[in-house]
Amino acid sequence: MQTVFKRTPTLKDCPTHYCPGCGHGIAHRLVCEVIDELGIQSRTIGIAPVGCAVLAYDYFDVDMVEVAHGRAPAVATGMKRTNPDKIVFSYQGDGDLAAIGTAEIIHAAHRAEQLTVVFINNAVFGMTGGQMAPTTMLGQITATTQQGRQADGQGYPLNVSELLAVLPGAIYVERCGLCSPAHIRKAKAALKHAFELQINNAKGLSLVELLSPCPTYWRMTPPDSMLHIQNEMTKVFPFGRIKG
Amino acid sequence: MCGNEAMAEAAIQAGLDAYFGYPITPQNEVTAYMSQRMPEEKRVFVQSESELAAINMVFGAAATGKRTMTSSSSPGISLMQEGISYLAAAELPCVIVNVMRGGPGLGNIAPSQGDYFQSVKGGGHGDYHCIVFGPSSVQEFADIMPLAFDLADKYRTPAIILADGIIGQMMEPVVIPTNSKLTTQNLKLPKKDWALTGADGRKQNIVRSLWLGDGVVEQHNYDLQAKYRQIEKNEIRCEQSDVDDADIVIVAYGICARIARRAAQQAREQGIKVGCIRPITLWPFPSESISKAADKSPIFLVVEMSCGQMVEDVRLAVAGKSPVVFWGRPGGGIVTVEKVLEKIEQLIKKAKK
Repeated sequence: MQTVFKRTPTLKDCPTHYCPGCGHGIAHRLVCEVIDELGIQSRTIGIAPVGCAVLAYDYFDVDMVEVAHGRAPAVATGMKRTNPDKIVFSYQGDGDLAAIGTAEIIHAAHRAEQLTVVFINNAVFGMTGGQMAPTTMLGQITATTQQGRQADGQGYPLNVSELLAVLPGAIYVERCGLCSPAHIRKAKAALKHAFELQINNAKGLSLVELLSPCPTYWRMTPPDSMLHIQNEMTKVFPFGRIKG
Repeated sequence: MCGNEAMAEAAIQAGLDAYFGYPITPQNEVTAYMSQRMPEEKRVFVQSESELAAINMVFGAAATGKRTMTSSSSPGISLMQEGISYLAAAELPCVIVNVMRGGPGLGNIAPSQGDYFQSVKGGGHGDYHCIVFGPSSVQEFADIMPLAFDLADKYRTPAIILADGIIGQMMEPVVIPTNSKLTTQNLKLPKKDWALTGADGRKQNIVRSLWLGDGVVEQHNYDLQAKYRQIEKNEIRCEQSDVDDADIVIVAYGICARIARRAAQQAREQGIKVGCIRPITLWPFPSESISKAADKSPIFLVVEMSCGQMVEDVRLAVAGKSPVVFWGRPGGGIVTVEKVLEKIEQLIKKAKK
């Protein structure tokens, strides 16, 4: 029998701790496939965030570090500056990158650090129990916006990628979605490009934002979550190459 | 050279790979010096966007096995406490220099010793210690750097240099230690086989501080404590003078120790027997030396530029065997030889009554 699909070697063979329908599993696989296709497993250092993906090193078979909430871009700076031959990437959720770590991501981009950032936007704090994130949609019900997020008092969803794109040091910013096979293929191409830029010593930060389903805290079925990304989230967070 | 510059050059000579820092008075000479000298040596200098970022850049460089440091002053060091707790938990070696200023809050930019508690009792969350040094001259500020890096590497722990605005700003003749073996007893340092260097032909390395399994963090704490007991056993450094026949023993560190030493000499000229104990490591603390001195029941006078912080550790070491008296000035007030001498005379008068 011919093997038509197999697990990519950098993705470890282990059971997942993520919820059914969660996007992290897809994102993990895509990142690992890209690492293997580019042949950089032995010189890649990954950074796990605080959030649902804090245990990312249980899935990625590369050297990895787990850091304080939001500080990944600063830690990555320390690593890449002292190890310019290594490929350094951070994997961060929207609580990590868009709330507590806003200063770190903006200044890493501002300094044109040669880093690759995988930004998972599921519009909610997952690990702590589904609280409002800066990226939470207006009207979205969370543990801390039980009547739905209101712009008055809770602000509007934060478009971090668009914010970063205005900085000269951010050389590539693209938003994709983990919501259909076609979109997932696009997301993989974007991730590959983001890693290639670092491999080719491009002078600046590249970031791929992935709109990712969180059926548990969106209170939706996995298929409905996929449709929610395509039909609702893209109204605020449109797909496409924002820069580069 | 001023203390800040001498310390910076000593760090470079000790093999510093990367410096990360954010401007704050009175340690700005360090960032300025590093911004010039590190690129000259083809090493890394980054001016971070905050002290939070600086300590996390240190975390990143340390995780890859590089020699790395940051420096700041009191308010900035407060911001770094999160990172220091993570560094201690993940057992990453690095050096953090605190050129203390008056506090609390923004305080002022005058010299102080108000961060003793923060440095030796933890500072960040969780049960941990950093090795803490209290240099009392520009020369010692420089000499401690290679030692601090070596001990940080040996024990896989952050080391803190607790200097103050006087030590940082004062100019004195100084010889930069160019051979770290001068002060490190020819330490054979362990290989950093835990470092993140890319899993090339070996198993994945992970640097972490989260352990969710039942009892795993408890065990991690016991392991850390076992390491701290080793440090206490091996690394206490302290200087004593004229303690044996003393009626009064002054305990002071940093610049206060120099002032106290001068006061002690002047007292001796008047026939008052005063000795000095100067902790060089503030953690581990020289409790045994102090306890031994207490056996002869002198009066202990603890002098600090604070409202009394190290005095608590002196009391613990003395354990009721002798009276312990505190005198100090907080918030940027500088202690003087005259005032310490006055205090000595008062104590003797009172004792004779």
